[in-house]
Amino acid sequence: MEKTIAQKTVQVNEEGYLTNFAEWNKEIGEELAKENNITLTPKHWELINYIQNEFKNEVPLTIRKIGKSGVVDIKEFYALFPVGPLKTATKIAGIPKPVGCI
Amino acid sequence: MSEYKGEIRKMMIILSKASIENVYAAFVLANGARMEGIEAEMFFTFFGLEALHNKKLDHLHVATVGNPAMHMPTMIGGLPGMEALATSMMKKEMEKLDMPEVREFLDILKASGVKLWACKLAMEMFHYTKEDMYPDVDGVLTVGDFYKEAEGLGTHMLFI
Repeated sequence: MEKTIAQKTVQVNEEGYLTNFAEWNKEIGEELAKENNITLTPKHWELINYIQNEFKNEVPLTIRKIGKSGVVDIKEFYALFPVGPLKTATKIAGIPKPVGCI
Repeated sequence: MSEYKGEIRKMMIILSKASIENVYAAFVLANGARMEGIEAEMFFTFFGLEALHNKKLDHLHVATVGNPAMHMPTMIGGLPGMEALATSMMKKEMEKLDMPEVREFLDILKASGVKLWACKLAMEMFHYTKEDMYPDVDGVLTVGDFYKEAEGLGTHMLFI
């Protein structure tokens, strides 16, 4: 379905995840963060860049991998994205929701 | 049901066994809850305490006897080394799925905000002290204390 985020019309799925990463930009990220009650700091952006790169390299994301990313540890990750961290972070980053169980 | 439309707010997971398949099931459920924005607390009781015992938690095994899904005759499952073999095979598969070892998994759960409680009765039964346990254990609780922790709407309790 279509959704207008930050004055741009993009394709999203029924959970609100962008279905085409090429349509993502920083303004969309800011807007999606606001929808999830998050104010993005440089640390948030660092993490978002990291998971976007992992996505581009087709590496599946897990909480363990985030902890070993060198960007944040798991505690910091939950502090940045307190509710459903990986779900929220991927949504803001414009990449698909992780499908794994861990 | 009406307050949160039946939404789960908190999972209270009781682990009563320490065969690795049960321990992982409990850990995956606790971590999965946190990843969904659901609170989670774990209560380690009876043999489940082994998964929290500092000297034992790195040496948990798969149960090869009395486990029909292993598709292994009980007599063969009971042979020396079978448990170790089945365990190392399972660990290899789990590593491929990026599943951490038990200790690292406990670290992840703690960092994710999961509370880890040891059962007082079981601790006394096995003559364990808090110092014998995983260093970041939140405390030793009675059943009553644990129910108190569970208070609130949208709490679900699970026994493994």
